[in-house]
Amino acid sequence: MNGVHDMGGMDGFGKVEVEQNEPPFHEKWEGRVLAMNRAMGATGIWNIDMSRHARELLAPPVYLAATYYQKWFLGLRNMLVERGYIDADEIKAGHALRPGKPLKRGPFGMKDVERILNRAKFGRPTNTQPKFKIGDKVRCKNINPATHTRLPRYVRGHVGVVELNHGTHVYPDSASIDGTENPQWLYTVVFTSRELWGEDADPTIKISIDAFEPYLDPA
Amino acid sequence: MAGKHDDHDHHDHDHGSELSDTQLRVRALETILTEKGYVDPKALDAIVEAYETKVGPHNGARVIAKAWIDPEFKKALLADATKAIAGLGHFSRVGDHLVAVENTPKTHNMIVCTLCSCYPWEMLGLPPVWYKAAPYRSRAVKDPRGVLADFGVTLPKDTEIRVWDSTAETRFLVVPMRPEGTQGWSEEQLAEIVTRDSMIGTGLPQAKRPA
Repeated sequence: MNGVHDMGGMDGFGKVEVEQNEPPFHEKWEGRVLAMNRAMGATGIWNIDMSRHARELLAPPVYLAATYYQKWFLGLRNMLVERGYIDADEIKAGHALRPGKPLKRGPFGMKDVERILNRAKFGRPTNTQPKFKIGDKVRCKNINPATHTRLPRYVRGHVGVVELNHGTHVYPDSASIDGTENPQWLYTVVFTSRELWGEDADPTIKISIDAFEPYLDPA
Repeated sequence: MAGKHDDHDHHDHDHGSELSDTQLRVRALETILTEKGYVDPKALDAIVEAYETKVGPHNGARVIAKAWIDPEFKKALLADATKAIAGLGHFSRVGDHLVAVENTPKTHNMIVCTLCSCYPWEMLGLPPVWYKAAPYRSRAVKDPRGVLADFGVTLPKDTEIRVWDSTAETRFLVVPMRPEGTQGWSEEQLAEIVTRDSMIGTGLPQAKRPA
């Protein structure tokens, strides 16, 4: 979706403000939000692409005004309500008013903590052959799906060079919709700054994205 | 005009209420999830504790220090970072695809996630607020030299800057250049000067001998 989350190349957000000796969490609730997100995700009722998309779906003014963990809280709450794991009247009451629904992998307990501290695998071997090889010129498609995609706007229509091939991975554009993994070849594609930002751009800068094969045409 | 004004207030109110009393609302959500039997709050405590104590840039710093000292390890790290780090045996899994990118006098690397906040947690811990915020995400791909200036970093004009936008589940770790004046330092001493920002590409390690 063409949301405000797709920020690459936007102007006007100001200076990067660095906080020295920043703590992992600024407020206790931030840690609880992170933990609840990880725990509910680990019960198997949605995948990481769906939770990213839930945050992208926040109204633009909310997305821009919210802190990081406020976005995580709102995304989590919305997914739980939409999928019927909690209800709006329960949020209002601050308590459960009816029993929970079954969870794909069962409730999240102490036995599951170690599992989520290890990063999940996203590579999915397939028998397909890659369409592109290292060094090939490719043009990013001009696609504008209203659903989740990982092709940022600032590269659409632009020509880059395939630099790395990472194998076949879960395809977020499918997985975010219905969980279908639909593995696709994943490449690092590198662009010159002038290709992306015009002839006034600093020629010493190169920018890469990791692009799934369906995002790319030969160029 | 009056109508417009009212609309404006109405919107402010809506968005304000989404973002007010977050602490109370988070507590209420945890109560609901617990009462429904979805989560054990003790397991949530354990997750928070792990992110407060176990993960952090000290993990990445040890990897970089080893790469500075051990050319064979550095070669392996740049060829396949996931495999090289798994071979060290004392880190939690870094997933399928960690890519280590090396800074040289010719090229400086910088990592960003313009779409959200993708970051090598296992190596660097939780990302800092600035990494997840709009100013960095918007400008890193268009004006990396300007962003570096915000960090007090100035590179020679002819140094190539390579920005890696983490748009998939691949994760990137910058291998900074070992600073001058660190000859003879131990791996532990070197790890002390490998900062988080130097492994994102927004900082450079300094040869200040740790006290």
